[in-house]
Amino acid sequence: MMQRNNIEIRVCMGTGGVASGGTEVLAAFRQEVAASGIAASVKEHCSTHQVGCRGLCAKDVLVDVAIDDEKVTYQFIKPDMVPRIVKEHLLENKPVDEWRVGEDYDRFNQKQIKVVLADCGRIDPEEIDAYIAIGGYEAARDVLNNWYPEEVITEIKQSGLRGRGGAGFPTGLKWELGKKAPGDVKYIICNADEGDPGAFMDRAVIEGNPHSVIEGMLIGAYAICAHHGYVYIRAEYPLAVERLKRALTQARERGFLGNRLFGSNFDFDIKVKLGAGAFVCGEETALIASIEGQRGMPRPKPPFPVNKGLWQRPTVINNVETLANIPAIIRKGCGWYASYGTEKSRGTKVFALTGKIRNPGLIEVPMGITLREIVEDIGGGIAGGKALKAVQTGGPSGGCIPASMLDLNVDYESLARVGSIVGSGGMIVLDEDNCMVNMAQYFVKFTQEESCGKCVPCRVGTKRLLEILERITKGQGREDDIERLETLSGGIRNMSLCGLGQTAPNPVLSTIKYFREEYEAHIRDKKCPSKVCKALLVYSIDEKLCKACGSCLRACPAKAITGEKKVPHKIDQAKCVKCGSCFDVCKFKSVMRD
Amino acid sequence: MVSLTINNKKVSVPEDLTILEAASRNGIKVPTLCHHPQLTPFGGCRLCVVSVKGMPKPVASCTTTVSEGMEVTTSTPEIEDLRKLVLELILSDHPNDCMTCEATGSCALQELAYAYGVRGEAYPGERRVYAKRDGNPFIERDMEKCILCGRCVKVCDEVQGVEALDFTYRGFRSKICPSYEDDLDCEFCGQCVSVCPTGALTGKQWARRGRYEGVREVDTTCPYCGTGCTLTTHVKGNEIVRVSSKPWTPNEGWLCVKGRFGYKYVSSPDRLTKPLIRRASGEFEETSWTAALEYTAAWFKKIREKHSADAIGGLSSARCTNEENYLFQKFMRAGVGTNNVDHCARL
Ligand SMILES: Cc1cc2nc3c(=O)[nH]c(=O)nc-3n(C[C@H](O)[C@H](O)[C@H](O)COP(=O)(O)O)c2cc1C
Ligand code: SF4
Ligand code: SF4
Ligand code: SF4
Ligand code: SF4
Ligand code: SF4
Ligand code: FES
Repeated sequence: MMQRNNIEIRVCMGTGGVASGGTEVLAAFRQEVAASGIAASVKEHCSTHQVGCRGLCAKDVLVDVAIDDEKVTYQFIKPDMVPRIVKEHLLENKPVDEWRVGEDYDRFNQKQIKVVLADCGRIDPEEIDAYIAIGGYEAARDVLNNWYPEEVITEIKQSGLRGRGGAGFPTGLKWELGKKAPGDVKYIICNADEGDPGAFMDRAVIEGNPHSVIEGMLIGAYAICAHHGYVYIRAEYPLAVERLKRALTQARERGFLGNRLFGSNFDFDIKVKLGAGAFVCGEETALIASIEGQRGMPRPKPPFPVNKGLWQRPTVINNVETLANIPAIIRKGCGWYASYGTEKSRGTKVFALTGKIRNPGLIEVPMGITLREIVEDIGGGIAGGKALKAVQTGGPSGGCIPASMLDLNVDYESLARVGSIVGSGGMIVLDEDNCMVNMAQYFVKFTQEESCGKCVPCRVGTKRLLEILERITKGQGREDDIERLETLSGGIRNMSLCGLGQTAPNPVLSTIKYFREEYEAHIRDKKCPSKVCKALLVYSIDEKLCKACGSCLRACPAKAITGEKKVPHKIDQAKCVKCGSCFDVCKFKSVMRD
Repeated sequence: MVSLTINNKKVSVPEDLTILEAASRNGIKVPTLCHHPQLTPFGGCRLCVVSVKGMPKPVASCTTTVSEGMEVTTSTPEIEDLRKLVLELILSDHPNDCMTCEATGSCALQELAYAYGVRGEAYPGERRVYAKRDGNPFIERDMEKCILCGRCVKVCDEVQGVEALDFTYRGFRSKICPSYEDDLDCEFCGQCVSVCPTGALTGKQWARRGRYEGVREVDTTCPYCGTGCTLTTHVKGNEIVRVSSKPWTPNEGWLCVKGRFGYKYVSSPDRLTKPLIRRASGEFEETSWTAALEYTAAWFKKIREKHSADAIGGLSSARCTNEENYLFQKFMRAGVGTNNVDHCARL
């Protein structure tokens, strides 16, 4: 048997990895490796362990086999594939080439720069020693023993880090306000509510490297002189909750949380508070109300939480990703961090890239990268060879950026200029088959259902917005509906109490701005150009093409099709429920959809 | 104190005041629906928005505190349009029911709709429909008329300390409910009814008894207990049709279930309105007050002569006012001549 210094087998076990069978794959590797007896031949270190998400969940279960400095990544691994990898790769030193990740995996990673996600696919998130081994908690130890709180604040200010929870508020400034706010009891809260549909950045960070968030909180707490912290995390993230709780217990056992931390005089501990899946509870004042045991409803600002937050005490609230950046900034210096990104948007940002993209997944890119690089290089372009129509950013609070603006830089200012936002990091790629009216309707439906009900413009206004959009997509739109949408949107934006209502019209306004003609087609011509809005579709059979095979007749659930052998079939429009079955089933492409 | 201008008028007010309070102290009226001066600010209806120089958006005056040099304008065409929009939205989800509504004439929503000439027809759409009636004995809760101003929730918590109500559900379906949407089962103090700006909360026994036509308001003191709350009875003909209380009374307008809803005895046919004397036969016989008092006095005298004054004892009630209890002990000590006097609260 060959002599090696190190062997490390890393099995992706984020939520995506687990769902694809990661647990079984890991067990298979452990069993096969043990049976092979290979450990005995490794000089220093042989381990088989789980890691968090590395972004490309579509190719799960992903497995790294690293022998000394050589790393091979396998994709789509199932337990029955494990014996062959162990035999050929580990024992015979011949990687199983046909199971290796392809070129697109490398392309997916090429333009990414990973700060927050750097160790997510590398270390075992359930082992504090794995985090310590890569320098974890060194930043906190250093800060608590050798830095003044003001120095921490200056460092973070100079790094240019801005809050990743959506609003992009400068983190150093927030800490400074928290430090200066008078009061002997203060709190730091980590916002892990992540309620945007399709967003999973924060979940991946907590699942993949929970200690980085804890260490970030610890440093933040020291900077503002808080001794109590909370992580507000949604209960729908069971794996993240479990790993977070485990990490907290381990940190407490090591004396990284509790009293007199790292030999200093500083005390700090963290409690976990589970959220029940209300989008509005991500809004900071609603989040505070929820921790206090009240219904999660926002209250007017000012007073801001930094002055009057949890239990009326000064409270700093930071997003998961914001906090996970902190240890790296302290370790490597603010200059290093600020070297990424643009003048006003420094560093990197994690995005959940989804939609009609070839490689959907979780990505971390330097601020200022162009949309084109994200879509074409990292994402591998549009799936299925269709044409790109737009990129939606910022989820229900954001807007659409049309394909013509693909060279736009992705940073806070540039996106705001075109009517969208960076937001918390949702990025949905839309192609010609996506109807923009339908998409606006989807987001307004979400915000309407998630409105806390407190203020009229949001509670009733978004309902009326939704109803107008619904009638447009049903072909019942009225001539002045676009104007009505705009007036109503303006009112909701100006009059709502919190960010949820204030931003709820954004998907409507930005689609009207860039895709007005789609609205007009729905309203005037009663047509959905992307053929999405069911009510506007008409199915008919082209007599010349119909071979009278009867497939459509059998497929139709509404018995809307008539015809006999050798007689072209016909659709009775009054009976048709527009399910599209005939369209899908006809082999001769004789069913038309307009 | 801070100085600011409201509608170009220079005013000076204490620094912790809201813009709304500063305006109202200076006789400037700003429309409101969710605000209640005796409750903490809510900021939900958004009607009270004003324009503040330097602010990109209108601000809610009920939740924004004044600051030095602030320049506030309470009415501009844009602000009025936004207020109208809010009223349109509220009314778009409101039963057009003023005809038969108990609140007509004292409904803040009706008043604003009237003032702005808003009919709720600009944004027609779905309305909330709640068929089930709350089975509690006192309070009619017509949640279709509720505008979710939150006043009832706040008063029940902040004033009564009961927390019987809260917001439930989200979005358009948001609704004020007792826990589990059960029938209300609380103290029935009716504070919530008294602060509700609309006809969503009314007294069950008020129904169709009279709203304002021919109704007089008569202030009086509640006879139920020693607290002596000041009540306002709403009297039609010679019948009390509802009871309320004004915020500037010693009880600040708050009442309990008896004072607010227990007024039916006043016109009950079973009520004793004349003194009765039980004759030797065991039958009660109607008599005059003079005769009844003389009869009682004679008996007291007889007992005192035969057995001494200490054979008589007097038991008063904690429900009497202080003045009444004072008079009673005086009567026992000076009139009857005994110190045998006590009251129920000692038990
Ligand atoms: C409706 C709404 C939902 C929000 N949801 C989240 C969330 O899920 N996670 C988050 O970190 N911030 C969320 N925010 C932003 C927070 O209010 C707050 O600004 C943020 O947590 C501050 O952290 P940061 O400065 O690190 O970004 C939300 C805001 C609004 C208005
Ligand atoms: S804007 Fe919407 S979510 Fe925010 S307070 Fe108003 S009703 Fe609630
Ligand atoms: S679209 Fe569906 S319902 Fe209509 S004719 Fe085809 S199969 Fe029948
Ligand atoms: S609550 Fe007011 S507006 Fe509504 S029906 Fe009654 S009186 Fe009319
Ligand atoms: S009657 Fe009194 S206790 Fe009952 S809900 Fe109303 S305010 Fe609360
Ligand atoms: S019941 Fe009345 S007081 Fe309570 S929220 Fe509704 S309208 Fe306001
Ligand atoms: S009165 Fe200010 S928001 Fe209702």
